[in-house]
Amino acid sequence: MSSTAEAPRTSRRHPAPSPMAPPRSFLWSRRLFLTLLTGFVLLPVYVMVSSSLKPLQDVSGKFRWLPSGLTIRPYIDIWSTVPLARYFVNSLIVAGTATVCSVVIAVFAAYAVSRYSFRGKRVFTVTVLSTQMFPGILFLLPLFLIYVNIGNATGVALFGSRGGLILTYLTFSLPFSIWMLIGYFDSVPRDLDEAALVDGCGPLGALFRVVVPAAMPGIVAVAVYAFMTAWGEVLFASVMTNDNTRTLAVGLQGYSTLNDVYWNQIMAASLVVSVPVVAGFLLLQRYLVAGLTAGAVK
Amino acid sequence: MTTTAPPAGTRSVPEHSPGEARGPRRPGRIRRIGLPYLLLLPALLLELLVHLVPMVIGVAMSFKELTQFYIRDWGTAPWSGTGNYRLAVDFHGAVGEALLHSFLVTVVFTLLSVSLCWLIGTAAALYLQDNFRGRGVLRTIFLVPYALPVYAAVITWAFMFQHDNGLVNHVLHDQLHLTDEPSFWLIGDNSFYALLIVSVWKGWPFAFLIVMAGLQNIPKELYEAAALDGAGMLQQIRRITLPSLRPVNQVLVLVLFLWTFNDFNTPYVLFGKSAPAAADLISIHIYQSSFVTWNFGTGSAMSVLLLLFLLIVTGGYLLLTSRGRKTPDV
Repeated sequence: MSSTAEAPRTSRRHPAPSPMAPPRSFLWSRRLFLTLLTGFVLLPVYVMVSSSLKPLQDVSGKFRWLPSGLTIRPYIDIWSTVPLARYFVNSLIVAGTATVCSVVIAVFAAYAVSRYSFRGKRVFTVTVLSTQMFPGILFLLPLFLIYVNIGNATGVALFGSRGGLILTYLTFSLPFSIWMLIGYFDSVPRDLDEAALVDGCGPLGALFRVVVPAAMPGIVAVAVYAFMTAWGEVLFASVMTNDNTRTLAVGLQGYSTLNDVYWNQIMAASLVVSVPVVAGFLLLQRYLVAGLTAGAVK
Repeated sequence: MTTTAPPAGTRSVPEHSPGEARGPRRPGRIRRIGLPYLLLLPALLLELLVHLVPMVIGVAMSFKELTQFYIRDWGTAPWSGTGNYRLAVDFHGAVGEALLHSFLVTVVFTLLSVSLCWLIGTAAALYLQDNFRGRGVLRTIFLVPYALPVYAAVITWAFMFQHDNGLVNHVLHDQLHLTDEPSFWLIGDNSFYALLIVSVWKGWPFAFLIVMAGLQNIPKELYEAAALDGAGMLQQIRRITLPSLRPVNQVLVLVLFLWTFNDFNTPYVLFGKSAPAAADLISIHIYQSSFVTWNFGTGSAMSVLLLLFLLIVTGGYLLLTSRGRKTPDV
């Protein structure tokens, strides 16, 4: 992590990073830039929120900045137009399970890489990381075939089931999670787990009683990342699910394949499915930034 | 907690495994050597099943004539040699020409999107470096596009780009009178710009996040020394900030490039299964060649070519950007 945090405080150290008062032109350019950027960022959010409270004629005709009348009807109708509740439960099961498994597996792997030296360590980290570079489309076709064939051979239905999706998503978030956790575990002093070992903990005891608690921000960051990855993935969800296992990523498109496009309902549904992730992310953003700082920026 | 912390980056200092300090209950040699592998096993198995084996199969598939008749039992599909590849790179044929076009569109799109994401993200991170009122709120707002699920955000953009009832045409045509006719944004040539805007909107917060984290690692003393020497703000940015961010940027630009180049979600949600020619990104193109025409062999050959291209670009990029400085321990 930042090696400057421990630097001796001098009397010249001001709270503001730049010791000079910023020039006036800088303040104005900053104000302008940040205002424009905030507008750009929030425009879709405004459209989403305002349209979700509009009656259907407001979103079918010319765009209106302000609704002709506020209604919460879309929020009631979204559950019956498409089986949104089922998609929601599917997404929760898939993303939740994938997150838990991914974090546990990443913790084990990162601990091994961070604390032990063994043959093949470098090969492992390089291989795992380089899978990040591969286009998802490259795996899609073979994975599709593998799951179908495993299903035919063993009767374990991976294709079309939540299990197959969970397996896929948890592997997708693994490389980045392992990488981030290695960085985090490295920043936990070894003396700590050695003390635990002297006290009679096994290596796993040291991991779970000492290293994991000390690296909690990194683990939270990884969990948030894994959940977001699984919650937002579209490509595999669109190929690998059926009516019963469909997740939100695909299900949300159900509102627009009907004769009428219920844009107010689409916006309401988009908002509803975003709330869990955005709320979680914003609550935990401090950890995510800290985790990124330790893991990704070294 | 009172122990002195070892210097940062102890990862490369090996041979002090905790197991050695265990005294009388020291486990057997085999167990000690086996433990790291045991810890890695779940990750390894999953990587094999979901990443590595499919990749090998994908390469094998690209040499087969794999149409819908052989999906259930792909091993029986006849070998076609390099037929799929010849089809894919025959730029005079329909398939090859479409692939080349899609590839070029993707290259231009990626270059523009990555540059814009990096520029906006870096500028925002620099502007938010000083502490001022509202800084925390802005930082939270700026992360919203990153936090929103892709499909929810992109579907909203699709609504904004609608021809009849979208916000964009309402502002450009009805309110500002910039166009004679309401434009089409999701079909035709404009779709490229629509895709670019959505991609930048979605992507820049990641650059912002990473650069922000990188800025925290630059010692304040450097700025103070520069200020004492009379360096102005722009000069400080040019002489201190940007060079210090170089290792961060090296990884950031690469990651942005790969994500954007391989992006499937954004065009898929924005345009549906068939993207307009002007915005026919390579992932969508391969998806379509495979699942719409059920020709998996050609689709695989295209994927392998794409992977080769990305490998070459990544390798070349890392070689070029690492030249003249110590290799980082990534």
